[in-house]
This record gives sequence, structure tokens and C-alpha cells, in this order.
Amino acid sequence: MSDGPEYAVNPCKVCAPLGASLAFKGVAGAVPLLHGSQGCATYIRRYLISHFRDPVDIASSSFDEMAAVFGGRDSLVRALDNVAAQYGPDLIGVASTCLSETIGDDVADILRHYQPAPGKDCARVHVSTPSYAGTHLDGYYATVLALVQALAGGGPALDLVNLFPGIVCPEDLRWLKRAALAFGLSPCLLPDYSDTLDGGQWTGYVRLPPGGTSLGQIRQAGRARASVELGWSQAGRETAGRHLNREFGIHCHSLGLPVGIEATDAFLAALAHTSGRPVPPELEAERGRLLDAYADAHKVLAGQRAVVFGDEDTALALALFLAEIGVVPVLVASGGTGALAAGAAAHPGFRGLDVTFLPDTDFGRLGEAAKAARPTLLVGHSKGSKLARELDLPLVRVGFPVHDRFGAARISTLGYAGSHRLFDDVVNHILADRQAKSDIGYFYF
Amino acid sequence: MQEGAINDLLEDRRGQVLETSADAAPEAMRCGTRSAAGSVSQRACVFCGSRVVLYPIADALHLVHGPAGCAAYTWDIRGALSSGPALHRHSFTTDLRETDVIYGGAAKLEKALRELIAAHGPKAAFVYSTCIVGLIGDDVDAVCRRVEADCGIPVIPVDSEGFKGTKKDGYKAACAAIARIIGTTPEAPRSVAGINILGEFNLAGEAWMIREAYARMGVPVVATLTGDARVDTIRRAHTARFNVVQCSGSMLGLASLLEAKYGQPYRRVSYFGLEDMAQALYDVADLFAGEDPDMPARAAALVAGEMARVLPLLAPFRKDLEGARAAIYVGGAFKAHSLIKALRHLGMRTVVVGSQTGSPEDYERLQQLCDPGTIILDDSNPVELSRFVLEKKADLLIGGVKERPIAYKLGLAFCDHNHERKIPLAGFEGMVNFAREVHGSVTSPVWKWSARRRA
Repeated sequence: MSDGPEYAVNPCKVCAPLGASLAFKGVAGAVPLLHGSQGCATYIRRYLISHFRDPVDIASSSFDEMAAVFGGRDSLVRALDNVAAQYGPDLIGVASTCLSETIGDDVADILRHYQPAPGKDCARVHVSTPSYAGTHLDGYYATVLALVQALAGGGPALDLVNLFPGIVCPEDLRWLKRAALAFGLSPCLLPDYSDTLDGGQWTGYVRLPPGGTSLGQIRQAGRARASVELGWSQAGRETAGRHLNREFGIHCHSLGLPVGIEATDAFLAALAHTSGRPVPPELEAERGRLLDAYADAHKVLAGQRAVVFGDEDTALALALFLAEIGVVPVLVASGGTGALAAGAAAHPGFRGLDVTFLPDTDFGRLGEAAKAARPTLLVGHSKGSKLARELDLPLVRVGFPVHDRFGAARISTLGYAGSHRLFDDVVNHILADRQAKSDIGYFYF
Repeated sequence: MQEGAINDLLEDRRGQVLETSADAAPEAMRCGTRSAAGSVSQRACVFCGSRVVLYPIADALHLVHGPAGCAAYTWDIRGALSSGPALHRHSFTTDLRETDVIYGGAAKLEKALRELIAAHGPKAAFVYSTCIVGLIGDDVDAVCRRVEADCGIPVIPVDSEGFKGTKKDGYKAACAAIARIIGTTPEAPRSVAGINILGEFNLAGEAWMIREAYARMGVPVVATLTGDARVDTIRRAHTARFNVVQCSGSMLGLASLLEAKYGQPYRRVSYFGLEDMAQALYDVADLFAGEDPDMPARAAALVAGEMARVLPLLAPFRKDLEGARAAIYVGGAFKAHSLIKALRHLGMRTVVVGSQTGSPEDYERLQQLCDPGTIILDDSNPVELSRFVLEKKADLLIGGVKERPIAYKLGLAFCDHNHERKIPLAGFEGMVNFAREVHGSVTSPVWKWSARRRA
């Protein structure tokens, strides 16, 4: 008896503690601490560093056999002491692993009874992220929820808007903040790793890279005018936005990631509704340029068929964007187990198109399905590069991770500006492929 | 060492940081222990140790029994090249889910093994246990025995639960798995006048260069463990006269075992840097001098020829690098020994050197090799590494993916000497590549803009 496929060949997901680590890295002065074997933290650091190309310090309680048999309490306490001593953080974000979950460590209880060394106190938030449940995206959202549950309080309303995006790149996080500010709203963007994982040069080792959502901002999340959640994967599950709605009556807009005209319009409409202001002219101008680009290049896109993959929120948003510009997303695949299967097909953006959805997949099955779908290009993260090579098709790299190119932090897709960058990228990949495979060597396109 | 220099050091890390001095005898390094909890160790786990050693066996099925993460993080992670099959570059996992953790994963493992063996026709299968496998009580051994009996290939459990020791214990588990394959042909032990190379993983094709050098001396290589390895060549490894062991941390144990079981003497060698590469050839020539008296002369001629070819190529690099300072943080300490010598060839001095898995003897030797005032580290972390790198004014950091951003954030040159490297750094030609890599980074004009250097 099992609740998944029999095995995976080349997984199309990573595990929940990675998502938790990434979310905690988006909190100011935070150090993620994984309660499990040393390898979990090190592998996840390596995976994140290869994407962001910045240091990613993640501590571990570094289980040994004694801890596995008698419980990890002493290891976790020791780890909390050492992280506090070496980093002086504002927050230690503790995420569990399959090991600590399976032996039944009560992390909440350990944290409740933890006595910090004098002068070494800080906030401590924990999230349950057993690696055998869900994906990195689920661990990421669970962590955002845990932060809000632990820290957000009520009070008089402020000119704040809570923004809870899925896993997006630092450049997109910056765009989200700019968009809120353009409506006169102060953003509580959670998480915000736009500076902590895409920062400048240092003169000495910076233990707590500047940037991130401050604990003060998260505490105020219960006083915002509204929340905007960007990503459908958590449909039907408890989320930060739903929690704030129930606890503090804050209206929650549940939208997809704003990629393309329609999705960005919806996002900006939510900000307009929240602020009571119209869409500012600079954003209208960005929209105009994107529409103009759509017209200029639409003939390049006619007849194109894309295989799309990534975490569920990214894959869905990309697929809807491609449908909007005239590329048929013939196969939409993800390692995630939720929304893709649950109701994505019903989205009006896919109406009339022959789209196959492949949830809970690995690259083995994705590859077979891709061959059957006769695509002309692939759109997704860099783990699809082997498939692109095998099929001799262009891969438009977008999402997480991108391990075989530079600039992953700036592969933007959100808003009119990010969509414009992505649109050019899709068009140019098709042209480059055509140019490379033509005997003529076209000079103008 | 002085108190002031280590006030950033965690109490739990004391005894794992030394500073060499001119007059004192080497100090004993505390090493080989579990990483301090909460220290952001650059080490991974037992599973990692097993995975890196067995990974290059190209015609085996490598099935990671556990949640998908462990397999995903190690998918095609090493640049270990194969001249033929490339099954090792796939990532297979039982992708355990919540219900498997509750009801057990053994049935799922058995089904996965049978289907994957049928689909890919491997010559052997390795089943890696991850953390939770021991906890949920799956009888992996029994599954492997059943599938082995039915499928007719070795199906070998690897005891690599992440928490059961350190990365070094993972090496041991991998060596135990390899030892089960060696000697499974009817040939007599030591019947071939050749060698096995242990602890060489054919990163960027390095094993091919080393094999070619031995071939020119007249020494065939029976099996390389595990670079570009095949199950059938591993089966025959007992037929080689001798073993040479690189990356001693990972495979010294296997060498001792083979000596005890088949009477194969072994030598420790390193293929990094000119002296050590030359010595690795001389040592093998000496082993065969009894049965082939001309071999030492052939080795000497080979080395002389290569030196004459390579030294002029290094000279222009050395001119620019003379006086620069290097920091080294790598997996195995034995490699660090070679790097210190290789850097000297480029006119560079090592001011910080550390490893994830060095032994007390490795660290003693490091202290003897290094100039006074050199910092020596075991199982370090980013805070310590960056502190000592800056304090000792290093111009270059040699390490792997996790060390790279530390260097670049601080405006330091970097050379990737870990398993992701794409350029061969072993042997004579590798020394030229190494010099070019170091030179290309140290002399880059971008550093004049670095925040630290302008501060």
C-alpha cells in the first residue's frame, strides 16, 4: 500500500525542508536550522547555492545514532545554543526532517522548554516538514504559515498589504514590492529573500545578510488591509492568508502567480481594490509595452507546442501565460501532488486547448509523456536540460532551480515587466533554434 | 594557538583548529567526530560518503531507498565520466511517502528493484538506505537477497543511513559493498601483472589520463575503483598484483581488506601536482621492478619527458602568481598535501588548509608540510573559514560549490577542486590546467572592483 508511484526516476521535486530553509532565509536576521542529519542541511545548502550563487548558511542539529535512538532533544538544544552564539540571529527557524519526524521528536515542546544562554535569546519558530510528505513548495508554504501563526498579532489597521508569493526569484520579489508601493501600500512580503540571497559584495563575512521581512513586519500582518496569496497549489489547505482571515478578519485574495496580462491584471486589481487607487500610469505603460511585444512576435509563436514543468504554482502560471500568447501548453507537469490534478484543467485559460496535466511525476514519466506530446519547446527549470538535449529542443529556463546558467536570481516572470522578459526569452529561444538548425543562416528575423 | 585568534570559534569546535608554529611539535587534531550541532558544517552525511564512492560505477543501478530528496540532491552530482554506459547518471529512488513510513517500504523497494532491473538491465544493483529506512525497520537485506536470487545479478544493500556516523562511515559502507563484488570470478588472486587504482573517480576524465601514464610504463590497470568502473572489472580486481590508493580517506580501508584477503600489497599515492604524480609512477615501477627490471627506467624517462614538456608551460603562470597566498578547504586531507606542493610550484604559499574528513596522521603531516603561522582546520564552517581566510590575507580559495560563494562574496579568487569540476586537474597535464585555473581567477581584473579590496 502506498500513496504514490512505485518509484521515481530522476525526481521532479526536492523535499520540504528545502522549502522551509528558503522561506526562513527570507526573514530578516534568520538562520534556518534543520533538525535531522547533517547531510540534509549540507545537500540543501549546495542545491540553493548552485541556484542563487550566494552563501546560504543552514545549521543542522547533526543527529547521530544516540539521538536517533533516545531522541534529538539534546542535539537540538546544543544546535540552538551554537547558532545563537555564532550568528546572534533575530530568529532561528527550526524545520524538522524525515528523521526527527519519524522518531517522534516533539520540537514544539523542546522549543517551549529551551533556556537560551544569557544575552542570547531570539525568536524561535518551528515548522513540521517531514521529507516524505509533499514537496519543497509545500515546505515553503508551511513555513510561511508557521511564521504568521507564531508572530502575527492584531490591532488597528495599517496601510499594509500582505503578499504571500510562491517560490519566485529575487528580481520578482523586488517587483512585487514595487507594485505595492506604487499603490501607496506598504508591503509585508513574506518571505523576502531578494537581498539575503541576491546581495552585493562583502568586506567581511556577513553572518546575517541584510534584507528580509522583519519580525516587526510579520507581527503587523494581522493589521493589514488585505492579503494577496499568489499560487494555487495550496487550494483547500490552511495558508497564511486564510489564517489571517480567520483570526483577524483580513480579506484574502487567492490568485495565481501574476505571469502574463490576465494574471497581472488580476493581481493589480487586488492592489487597486485594497488601496482604493487606480493602477498607476507607470504600470499601465509596462502593460502597453507588453501588449505591443505580443503583437510584434505573435507569428513566431503560432503553432508552437510547449512542455511545461516546475513546482505546481510555477508550472500552472507558465502554462496559462503560454496559452495567452498562442503557445499550446501540451503537457503541464510537476512533482507536486495537489492543484495540478485537482482542478487546473477547469481554468478558463485552458479552454479549447488539448492540455495534458501530469502531477506527481518524475522526469522518467515526464520524458515519456513529452515524447508523445510532440512539443516544439520546453519551458521549465534546469533539471529539464537532459530532456531538452535528448529531444533536441530549446529549453527556456525559468523557475527553480537553474543550476546550469548564471543569473537565476534575475530570471523574472512576474508582472508586466517580468512577463515581457519571459516573452522575449520564449520568442528568442524559438528563433535561435530555427537559426541554428537552418542551412541558410538567416540575417533578419 | 592564541586565544584572540579563535574567539569566534564555538566551544564545541575547540581542538579542531590549529595554528602551526616554528618551534612547537605538531599538535594532535581532534577529528573524525560527529559535526558540532549548530555549526554550519561543510560536510554531508553517511549517505553522501557512500554515494560519492559508488556513484561512478556506470553499469550498476543505484537505487536510493528513502524520500525523493536524498536522490534528487545527488542526481548527476559528480563529474565522473564513463566511456560507455551511463546508468549512474540517473537518479533512482523509492520516493517513500507517508503511508510507506507507516506501513513499511520493503514491498515498494522490492517492486522498484525488480522493475528497474528489468527495464535497465544493470550488471549489479546498489540499494542505499537513507535515515528513515533503519527507523521504519525495512528488512533491506532480505529484499536484496530475494531479488539477487531471482535476477541473477549482485543486489547489494549499502548501510548508509545518514545519521549513523560521518561521511567517512559512508566510505566504509561503500567499500564493504564493493568488497562483496571483488573476487567473484574464478581467476586466481594476483594472477595479472597489473594494478588496481583505488579512490580515483574519473572526474573530468582524470582516470583515463592516469591509466594512460601507467600504460606507457607497461602497467595495465585491472580495475579503477570506481572511476569509469564496470561491475565485471570490479569482480576481477583480486587478480591485480598491487593496489594503489588515492583519496586515502575513502578507500584505505578497502586496500587493507584486499591485502588481508588476497595478499595484494598497496601504496598510497596522489596524482595531484608534479612531484606527487611522478612519485605515483615511481612507486608503481618499484613494485614491479622485481619482475620487470627496466620499469623504473621507463618511469623515469616518462617523468623526465613530461617534466620537460610541462615546466615551461607553468613558467608564465608562476611569474604572475609568485608570492600569492592560498587557502585550501577540501573533502580529503591527503589531497590537501598535494595541493600545498602544487601551489609551491606556482610560487604560492598556503596560509589556511582544512578538510572535512582528515585523519590525525593527515593533520600531523599537514602541520609538518606547512609554513609556521598556517591555520589548519577540521570540519570547518563558513564563519571560521572566512575569518581565517581574511586574517591570513589569502588571495585564493580552493574548495567546492559550498566554499565558492564565500570566496566570491569576499572578492577572493577561487579554484573548484571538488567533484563538480569539469577540467582534469590530475597528472602532468592536470597541473597545467590547475595553473591556468588559478591564474585565470587570481589575475582577473574584476577583483579591483571588489568591495573588500577597495575598503
